[in-house]
Amino acid sequence: MGKIQLITKGFVKENPTFSLLLGMCPTLATTTSAINGMSMGLATLFVLVLSNMAISATAPYIPDKVRIPAYIVIIAAFVTILQFVMQAFTPDIYETLGLFIPLIVVNCIVLGRAEAFANKNSVVDSACDGLGIGIGFTFALTLLGLVREILGSGSAFGWKFIGGDGILVFVLAPGAFMALAYLIVLFKKVTAKKGE
Amino acid sequence: MEYILIIISAIFVNNILLSQFMGICPFLGVSNKLSTAVGMSGAVCFVITLATLVTYLFQYYVLVPLGIEFMQTIAFILIIAALVQMVEIVLKKVSPSLYQALGIFLPLITTNCAVLGVALMVVTKEFSYGGGEPHFFNLGESVVFAFATSLGFGLAMILFAGLREQIALNKVPEAFKGIPIALVTASILAMAFMGFSGLV
Repeated sequence: MGKIQLITKGFVKENPTFSLLLGMCPTLATTTSAINGMSMGLATLFVLVLSNMAISATAPYIPDKVRIPAYIVIIAAFVTILQFVMQAFTPDIYETLGLFIPLIVVNCIVLGRAEAFANKNSVVDSACDGLGIGIGFTFALTLLGLVREILGSGSAFGWKFIGGDGILVFVLAPGAFMALAYLIVLFKKVTAKKGE
Repeated sequence: MEYILIIISAIFVNNILLSQFMGICPFLGVSNKLSTAVGMSGAVCFVITLATLVTYLFQYYVLVPLGIEFMQTIAFILIIAALVQMVEIVLKKVSPSLYQALGIFLPLITTNCAVLGVALMVVTKEFSYGGGEPHFFNLGESVVFAFATSLGFGLAMILFAGLREQIALNKVPEAFKGIPIALVTASILAMAFMGFSGLV
């Protein structure tokens, strides 16, 4: 598979949210607005690329039996770095996303890519793979955030185009489940048509 | 009194699954059958309470005195992973029947974000109940909070599994089969739980 394909496959074919249904917790919790969803996606992208590269580089030296704990430590180290970076440069977003930044450690997408791809491919390929999946995840979260923001508060990326409150339930918990359900159905329809 | 408020708030008002979105993977993954949902809830209940106890002590007796609170994430996830392994080994020896019931769920729990989430929550967030001053939990409150949270997890999980068992018997549109209809069900369940807001 070429490098370009590695990067683009995360969009549709192996989209972590819509087709693989991984990493549901941050997907539902942080998408109250498009900006929040995008921030969470980019934070995960950062960890995904770096941990993929580090795991791919160290995989030959890690004994097979302890590989999962070793991967978790590597991922946790990058998450800690991310926490420092965000505290320094984007303290507002760090506050908003709160607990879900440290919880990237237990995001199944990151560990999944380590186990399925990074430990048997070269460093450059793993970086491309991390980038591709990360972009797919960011795309999905931004889209879900945008839908919820438009319906829930009548604005897009913070730009308000409808006065009043909007359908408040879409910003709250039930709306997250509902919006994701319909987006998955839509995604299934679109990809099924393409396949024919 | 405060303990009662903590319990009611953690189970109903701030339900970990339906209002905080932690532990959604097992919520969607193993809720096809009521019996597996009960098994998973039992295992989660056990691990969350134990993990919160251990990480709380580790935070205040190791990390804070040494001034390395930033190592929280790495330390906690390692503790949880080790704890889950240990619970598995002990359970195998002490109670094979319980191990049979919970066994397959235990390895999955390490990557359940509810466990790490609750452990981090009790040491990083200030709580206030009944109009009191916001304060960090002490050991007793943390353990009660963790246990109540895991009961809330179990309640939502078992309700959801019961609903899904019924839905499996109905005719569902092709595109909604599987996860989408489960998400719609979860949405309605979350709406029902919103009725509890304002209780505490």
